[in-house]
Amino acid sequence: MKDAFGIPQSLLILGGTSEIALATARRMIVRRTRTVWLAGRPTPALEEAAEQLRALGADARTVAFDALDPESHEEALGKVFAEGDIDMVLMAVGVLGDQALDEREPVAAARVAMTNYTGAVSSGLVCARSLQTQGHGSLVVLSSVAGERARRSNFIYGSSKAGLDAFAQGLGDALHGTGVHVMIVRPGFVRTRMTAGLPEAPLATTPEAVAAAIELGLRRRSETVWVPGALRVVMSALRHAPRGLFRRLPL
Amino acid sequence: MCTLGGATVTGMPADTVSVTGWGRTAPTAARLVRPRSYEEAASAVRECGTRGGIARGLGRAYGDAAQNAGGAVLDMTGLDRIHAIDVSGGTVLCDAGVSLHRLMEVLLPLGWFVPVTPGTRYVTVGGAIGADIHGKNHHGSGSFARHVLSFELLTADGEIRTVGQGEPLFDATAGGMGLTGVILTATVRLQPVETALMSVDTERAVDLDDLMARLTATDHLHRYSVAWIDLLARGANMGRSVLTRGDHAPLNALPPRARRHPLAFRPSRLPAPPAFVPEGLLGRTTVGLFNELWYRKAPRARTGELQRIPTFFHPLDGVPHWNRVYGRGGFVQYQFVVGHGQEETLRRIVGRISEHRCPSFLAVLKRFGEGDPGWLSFPMPGWTLALDIPANLPGIGAFLDELDEQVAGAGGRVYLAKDARLRPELLAAMYPRLDAFRSLRRELDPRGVFTSDLSRRLGL
Repeated sequence: MKDAFGIPQSLLILGGTSEIALATARRMIVRRTRTVWLAGRPTPALEEAAEQLRALGADARTVAFDALDPESHEEALGKVFAEGDIDMVLMAVGVLGDQALDEREPVAAARVAMTNYTGAVSSGLVCARSLQTQGHGSLVVLSSVAGERARRSNFIYGSSKAGLDAFAQGLGDALHGTGVHVMIVRPGFVRTRMTAGLPEAPLATTPEAVAAAIELGLRRRSETVWVPGALRVVMSALRHAPRGLFRRLPL
Repeated sequence: MCTLGGATVTGMPADTVSVTGWGRTAPTAARLVRPRSYEEAASAVRECGTRGGIARGLGRAYGDAAQNAGGAVLDMTGLDRIHAIDVSGGTVLCDAGVSLHRLMEVLLPLGWFVPVTPGTRYVTVGGAIGADIHGKNHHGSGSFARHVLSFELLTADGEIRTVGQGEPLFDATAGGMGLTGVILTATVRLQPVETALMSVDTERAVDLDDLMARLTATDHLHRYSVAWIDLLARGANMGRSVLTRGDHAPLNALPPRARRHPLAFRPSRLPAPPAFVPEGLLGRTTVGLFNELWYRKAPRARTGELQRIPTFFHPLDGVPHWNRVYGRGGFVQYQFVVGHGQEETLRRIVGRISEHRCPSFLAVLKRFGEGDPGWLSFPMPGWTLALDIPANLPGIGAFLDELDEQVAGAGGRVYLAKDARLRPELLAAMYPRLDAFRSLRRELDPRGVFTSDLSRRLGL
């Protein structure tokens, strides 16, 4: 059960090697979390991540999960929920892709969309149903500011996050009053492996800052969290910029 | 009530509601059942499904004790009959859903008062036993369950058992947070009174040591005793307090006019705060100001003031839904007790709270008497401090964890009826009879029918 401050005792991470997710897990373990499930492709990196969380005192377990195989989601995640209540699900599956390459290779572009969007739709629905049955829990969805308005420079990734974001908003409304809380987290540029080598955008942040924002959002039972908070204003301005102007902006 | 995809999701009937405790934190969804007869209650228990059920009274437990995510919550306030009053012997037999408010309305004109009342009249008899509540008279009278002669308990098998004082099931149920079964009726021993007024002595204590000295020296002279403490006061003022101690006023203490209706009980209520109150209204500045005024307005020493029962016992009951003043984020109540000889721990904790600037305007300190027989009963001989804290105060979670460590280290405990955030690992140290409680539950309720968010969170 979550405590009065929204801190979960058990946590399921979809995309178990995500740096943001692991930073969040570390933060939660320090406070309350005892059980952590890392769902992801069964790789040495996933086991290593679990090992690191165990070193912090958590009961960390891994479960094989492939976002690209929606058929398997029901079974893989069902197994986790059968072991006991999950207080918080963190959906952190995502790939950035390579915009230039993906524009030339439609199959690679579709993979980005499937990982970030369709994979999240099916796993999100599976988790939502289990959370609804247990009558409590938070579903935290890692979206992105890139989804707020698609930009020329990364619209394939951006469009997949836009889909995810819209899905999560609708899911949050569908689950309103069921005891399940859906929280959308929209970070800006986060310094991680995913963005290594890319030119840093203004208002860049760290996985730890995103984790802190998630903890605060859980306490406030927020529905949307921007990291850093100033991005909410920035993106609101960009969202309302006329198309002709937006196209010319160096974004 | 929205359901995801309508009929595609099962196990979510339309009577599902979001439930919180009085602190309005951590809402969870449960199926709300309101039994109108013992048979309905029994069938609700038999049919409550894999996620179990828990009884709920008037929802005054601050935390998640009367919540059951995904399961059933039995609203017992529909069972609210007073069956029999023994006017000469001073006992009452009533349903568990009867509130102490109702008992006062009925019993005071007959010259009887409830044996123990907490800071609110709006608790049910069932809840009073389940949390084994205490009041300002704990130093002399003990907790509520000590005055309960017997009760009828609906257990997990759907049977109704009569449980008398001294039986193991009685002691497991007193303070057992509803996890042994659903209390249906109770026989309670009452306190005779001549009037419905209180004779109250008020005095100020300049700091914590002064307060503890006064409580130790003269508490036994009064039936009721409590101190309001200013936890925002720092330095030499740390722990400054206002002590109020009272006794039921005898008839001859009343002025002639009041003697015509000495047992009249007519509490008044103010309008409730609006449903939406902005958060942060009760910050350090406002609460600091309130505390300063509250302390200054209290007389340095005054004796024999006549106060009405609501004024003395239940000042907050005058404002319905007062818990809304904390806004949407809600608040947590933190109440702990440390034994006699642990005054240093108490001093240290009060110091930490004052350093941390917790904006608390409802903080009270009381000296407990003998411990109570309930296995999970909260009181133990010593000092108890209760304070309220807005849940959105930054860093408050880790801060309270730190206080828990000190309390547990000093052999003390926190009050489960108020808890919404205790670290489960500390529970066994705080409640030494927890193992007995768990094994009784395993035997009586092997399928875990009686389950609450509290029991899930703490592994009770």
